Amino acid sequence: MPNAAIISIILLPICSFLIISLVLRPFFNHRPKLSAYTTITAIAGSLILSLWALASVSGAEHHVLTNVSYHWLSIGDTVIELGFTMDSLAAIMVVTVSTISLLVQIYSLGYMKGDGGYARYFAFMSLFTGSMLGLVMANNLLFLFLFWEGVGLCSYLLIGFWFHKPSAARAAMKAFFVTRLGDFGFLVAVIFLYAKTGTFNIGELHEAALAGTLGGTALTVAAIGIFSGACGKSGQFPLHTWLPDAMEGPTPVSALIHAATMVTAGVYLVARMFPVFASSDTAIMVVAAIGGFTAIFAASMGLVAHDVKRVLAYSTISQLGYMMLGLGAVGMGYASGHLDEHTAMSLGVAVAIFHLFTHAFFKALLFLGSGSASHATGTFDMMKMGGLRKAQPITYATFVIGSLSLAGIWPLAGFWSKEGILHEAYHYVPVLFWVAMITVFMTAFYMFRAVFLTFHGTYRGGEADNHGHSHGLHESPKVMIIPLIVLATLAVVAGWLPVGNFLGAHTHFSFFGVLSGWMAWVSILFGVAGIALAYLIYVRKWLSADSIRASLGPVHTTLIRKYFIDELYERFIVMRVLINGLFVILQWIDTHIVDGVVNGVAAVTIRTGGVIRRLETGQLQVYGLAIAIGILAIIACVFIFS
Amino acid sequence: MSVGLEHYLVLAAILFSIGLYGALAKRNAIVILMCIEIMLNAVNIAMVAFAHYVNVIAGQVFTIFIMVVAAAEVAVGLALIITIFRNRKTVDAEKYDLMKW
Repeated sequence: MPNAAIISIILLPICSFLIISLVLRPFFNHRPKLSAYTTITAIAGSLILSLWALASVSGAEHHVLTNVSYHWLSIGDTVIELGFTMDSLAAIMVVTVSTISLLVQIYSLGYMKGDGGYARYFAFMSLFTGSMLGLVMANNLLFLFLFWEGVGLCSYLLIGFWFHKPSAARAAMKAFFVTRLGDFGFLVAVIFLYAKTGTFNIGELHEAALAGTLGGTALTVAAIGIFSGACGKSGQFPLHTWLPDAMEGPTPVSALIHAATMVTAGVYLVARMFPVFASSDTAIMVVAAIGGFTAIFAASMGLVAHDVKRVLAYSTISQLGYMMLGLGAVGMGYASGHLDEHTAMSLGVAVAIFHLFTHAFFKALLFLGSGSASHATGTFDMMKMGGLRKAQPITYATFVIGSLSLAGIWPLAGFWSKEGILHEAYHYVPVLFWVAMITVFMTAFYMFRAVFLTFHGTYRGGEADNHGHSHGLHESPKVMIIPLIVLATLAVVAGWLPVGNFLGAHTHFSFFGVLSGWMAWVSILFGVAGIALAYLIYVRKWLSADSIRASLGPVHTTLIRKYFIDELYERFIVMRVLINGLFVILQWIDTHIVDGVVNGVAAVTIRTGGVIRRLETGQLQVYGLAIAIGILAIIACVFIFS
Repeated sequence: MSVGLEHYLVLAAILFSIGLYGALAKRNAIVILMCIEIMLNAVNIAMVAFAHYVNVIAGQVFTIFIMVVAAAEVAVGLALIITIFRNRKTVDAEKYDLMKW
C-alpha cells in the first residue's frame, strides 16, 4: 500500500471540509444535501482505504506497514518533523473511526434534515473525522498534538452547534476550558520530553523509556502530564464535568465524538505511549487508580440521571475509566515484574483498545438509538418517554442489543472486551477488580433502567415541538434505521474479531471456553442482577423507585447533583479561588507593580529631566565658560600626563 | 632687556584671557562684542610675532585680512545688538532668554 494512499485517509475528509466550507456552503447552500453526500463519499473513501490499510498491516512484518517522517521546519539545530505511522494500533483505530463516522453521517442525513446549519454541520463533521484520523496516525507527539487540538476544536464547534441555545453555548465553552486544562499538562509534557530526549518521535520515546535513558522522576512527570491531557479528553475524574454537558450537541455528534471516537483519544494516547507509562510505577498506578475510580464514580451518577443522553454520557465516562483501568492493570503487572516487557507492552494496548473498539460500536448505537427515540418524542427526558417499544420496534431491538452488549452479557461484544480488562485487573490490582465488578452491576442497572423507562410502560407524552403540537409516535426513517442495524450487528460480532491477537497479544478467549472460568460467570451474574433489579423496579414495580429515592435521600441528592463537583468547580474554585481570590491579587499586582514600574520609570525620568534642564540656561556665556573650562582641563591633562 | 618672541606671546595671552573673561563674564552685549574684538586682536599680535619670528610675510598679510573681517563682523554685530535693543529695550545678555526653557 503506497504512502500516498495512507495519507489520503486523512486528506479525504479534510478535502471534504474544504470543499463544503469554501464552495458548497457559499454557493450551493440551497442544496444542502450536496454537502452531506460530499462528506459521506469522502468518509466512505477513507473507510475503504482504512480497510485496505488494515489488510496490508496484517500482512506486514511486525504489523508495521509504514512509519515515515517528513521534514517540517528547522529552527537552528532543532528539526521538527511530521510523520505518519500505520501499525496495528493505528489500523484498528482508523477502521473504527471511519466506520462509525460513515454510519453516523448516514444517520445524520435523516436526523439533521431541515436544520438550518446542515452544510456547516457536515463541514465540521468532515473536519473532525479528518483530525481524528490524523490523530491516530501521527507518529510524533507534536503532530499528534496538532490533531488533538483539531478534534478539540471540532468538539467545541459541534457541542455549540445550536449556539443560539445558551445552554449549548455554555456547554461548548465548558468543554473547551476543561479539556484545555488537561491539554496544558499534555503540552508541557511534550515540551519537557523534547527537552529531555531531543525528540518528538513516539517510537524513539518508547525506546528511551524502556531502555531507561529516560527514567525516574522526569519520566513520571512527563507521563503524568500526558495523562492529564488524556484525562481531559477522555473525561476522567477530575476533568469529567464537561462530558455530560456536551450532550447539548446534536445526537449524532454525541455518538461520534463524545462516545465513539474523540473521547477515546485519551485512552488511545495512553495506549500509544504505553511504554512510557509502564516504565514509571507511579504514573501507571495513577492511570489504574483514576481509571478504576472514574469507572464506578461515573456509573453511580448514571444511576439517577433523567436524561437518556446523560445516562449514556456517564456510561461513556465509566467505560473509558475501564479502558484506563485495563491499561493501568497491565502496566502494574509489568511494574511489579509479573509480566515481561514484550508481553506487557502488547497486552496493555490490546485489552484497552479491544474495549475501545467494541465500545465504539455499541455506544454509538445507543446514542443513535436515543436520537431515534427523541426524533419521535421530541425529548431526551426519560420521564417523558415510555412505551416506545411498539412504535419503534427496530430502535427498541437495537437499543436492547446495545444495552446487553454494554452490560457485558455473553456472547455480545462488550462481554469479551470487558472480560479482558477484568481478567488483567484481577491478576494485578485485585481491589480495582472488585470496583470494576460493582461497576458491571451498576452499568447493567442504569442501562436497563434507561431501556425500561424509554421503551416500556406507557407513553408519557413526550414534549411538544416548536410548532406546539406533540408528536405522533413513529419509527424513524430508513436512513436512520439502517445505521442502527449495522451497528447492532457490529455490537454483537465485534467481540469475536481477533483484535487482541492483531495487536500482538494473546487475549482472545475461546467462544465457549471462557465460560469454564468462574470470572465470566460472576460478571454475567452481576450484569443479570443489575438487569433484574431494573426490571423489578421499573417494569414490575415491586420496588417503588420513589420510596427508594426517599429512603436514600441524601445519597440520591448527592448523585443527582453530581457529587457537587460542578458546584465545587464553579462556585468555589472559579468564583472564590480564582475570581475573588487569585484574580484580585493578580489585578493588584498588575495595577500596582506592573503599571507601577512603568509609571515610576516615567515619573523618575520627568523629575530628573526637571532638575537637569536647569543646567541648560540658554546663556551662550555659560556654554562658553563650560567650553573654556573644558579646554583648560584638557590642556592641564596634557601637561600632567604627557 | 631685549624684547623677544615670548614677550609678544605673553602679551597676546594676557589680552586673550582678558577678552575671554570679558566675553564670558560681562552682561552688556556691547562689552561682550568688544571683548571678542580683544581676543581677535590678541590672536593678531601672536600671528604677527610668529610671522616676524619665522620671517614670512604671509602672517602679516593675514592679520590685515583678519582686521578687515573683524571690522565687518563688528558692523554686523552692532547692527544685531541695536535691533535686539529696539525690541527688548535692554543690552543685558542674560535677558535674551527667548529660546530658554
